[in-house]
Amino acid sequence: MKQNRIDLKFQEDKKLLSIYFSAGFPNLEDTVPILKNLQAAGVDMVEIGLPFSDPLADGPTIQESSTRALENGMSTHKLFEQLQGIRDHIDIPLVLMGYFNPMMQFGIEKFCQQCEAIGIDGLIIPDLPVDVYNEQYKSLFDKHGLYNMFLITPQTPEERIRYIDEVSNGFIYMVSSAAVTGAQSSFGATQADYFKRIANMNLKTETVVGFGISNADTYQAAITHSRGAIIGSAFIKFLEKEGVKNIKDFIAAIR
Amino acid sequence: MNYNVDERGYYGDFGGAFIPEMLYPNVAELKENYLKITAEPEFKKEFDALLKSYVGRPTPLYFAKRLSEKYNTKIYLKREDLCHTGAHKVNNTIGQILLAKRLGKNRIIAETGAGQHGVATATVCALMGIECIVYMGALDIKRQAPNVARMKMLGAEVRPAMSGSRTLKDATNEAIRDWINNPVDTHYIIGSVVGPHPYPDMVARFQSVISEEIKTQLLELEDRDYPDHVIACVGGGSNAAGLYYHYLNDERVNIIAVEAAGKGIDTGESAATSVLGKEGIIHGSKTLLMQTPDGQITEPYSISAGLDYPGVGPMHAHLFRTKRAEFVSVPDQEAMDWGLTLSQMEGIIPAIETAHAFAALDVRKFKPNEVVVFNCSGRGDKDLETYIDYFKL
Repeated sequence: MKQNRIDLKFQEDKKLLSIYFSAGFPNLEDTVPILKNLQAAGVDMVEIGLPFSDPLADGPTIQESSTRALENGMSTHKLFEQLQGIRDHIDIPLVLMGYFNPMMQFGIEKFCQQCEAIGIDGLIIPDLPVDVYNEQYKSLFDKHGLYNMFLITPQTPEERIRYIDEVSNGFIYMVSSAAVTGAQSSFGATQADYFKRIANMNLKTETVVGFGISNADTYQAAITHSRGAIIGSAFIKFLEKEGVKNIKDFIAAIR
Repeated sequence: MNYNVDERGYYGDFGGAFIPEMLYPNVAELKENYLKITAEPEFKKEFDALLKSYVGRPTPLYFAKRLSEKYNTKIYLKREDLCHTGAHKVNNTIGQILLAKRLGKNRIIAETGAGQHGVATATVCALMGIECIVYMGALDIKRQAPNVARMKMLGAEVRPAMSGSRTLKDATNEAIRDWINNPVDTHYIIGSVVGPHPYPDMVARFQSVISEEIKTQLLELEDRDYPDHVIACVGGGSNAAGLYYHYLNDERVNIIAVEAAGKGIDTGESAATSVLGKEGIIHGSKTLLMQTPDGQITEPYSISAGLDYPGVGPMHAHLFRTKRAEFVSVPDQEAMDWGLTLSQMEGIIPAIETAHAFAALDVRKFKPNEVVVFNCSGRGDKDLETYIDYFKL
């Protein structure tokens, strides 16, 4: 069986920078150009956001980019259409991130088949709880070679972190603070303690920090005690202002 | 079949807790405690005392003589419109504020559409001296100025929800985001039998006082503790859940749910979720909801601001799918006409939500000796402006 690109990436001896963006924003057809530019800029992994009308774990920036993407005409069908043949150009791991309802309406099995056919490596579905996933969907995801990554937060009890670690593939998505997505300019001692606490748990699964990472400082703070960091809102703000072709400047300023 | 929630938080295929991990500790805390706390004698005592002396319970079960004569059946109205703050909503907010206090919370958030639940929440927060923040769609704030003023007068902060369609569903999203951002000190008082488990069951239990009282009252009035039919309007479905609760598993009782058809089922401007909705996830619950084929949640329409929720409580989705309840949808015009009819035949000006329920009398025939209980869930004061515009009063 071929290895998942996420695992291969984590075998590299480096800290990983991952970028999230809402597919269909700023313009409907930006998806593939953004992916190409991110890979060219040296980004290690990408989360492609499937826009949803009611993104309840997201702050204003991603709410706004989701709304705009939907207005531009983005949909699950459209995104899969855009991603046909993407593996001719892109070899870094690609993760789809979205809410569960649009996936349900597309049909979970069909959704997994499409992901496999395109070469998607994994999914992040914030509102699909780990126990429901294990009971109802895990075998399907496994069949199509898809990893499903779970979130933990500073409030997640240790016992539950152990449970999530046990059932996780790929990486655990560490939410940096008790907050919805959105850029923060710095991390304080609370976050450092939390990052250290998790690092000291010696989990079997790699951890990547997301939410609130916006610049070189927060990126450094995040990767000190984890394998990598995910930037979303700050990148979306940049895209809106500077456009797709200057993506390398954003990445260069982070690391 | 069992129509109550099961131990996993489901009503048949519906319910559950489809929540982001960030909410897991908050919801788990509630799930582990709500049955335990509400069963404590001290809790019950305080809850019952407030319902009696503050809310004004028990509310009357009123025999509507003229209406009964006209429709040749025995019609009773459960007068929830006589509750303090003007609707059944306060039964739930009293219960949840007492629960929040016992969980050591010192900050309350709520969502509101028309403002009724917001007012009921602001009221109990004032009663307990607890900070209260109500999220309300920016569009609704404009449409429901008197209720915004009421909440402010009661000391609550009203925060506009600026995202999405700027109505109830967006206010709910904002309240959920607030809860994610404030996971320790805050309790979220959801206003209907919606949201992740245990909310639908918890809210239904607090509202179940409605059918609990009906049992006692009917025994006195009709010499039996059950009616032949119970009828309520359903948006999210909290007044209906309270009316049905003690009769859910009593097959002698026929259950009728009335949804808002808005401008008509096929017009694209409707809130008849059971007919138009598909199975999906909204606000952490698997239920029927109105959405595009792509799974984007759509904005419903009804002249009544309390019924235009794109989802429906999972209990009701289950009652619909199993055909335990008859679902009827009533357009704006018929509901408005019933607002006038009830006013002029019984001297009761109902909320427009409530008026929808009575339109069941036009589509459904009842036998002369049958006992039909309507939930008169709210009074029409808040809707006067809509009535004035509509009837050119």
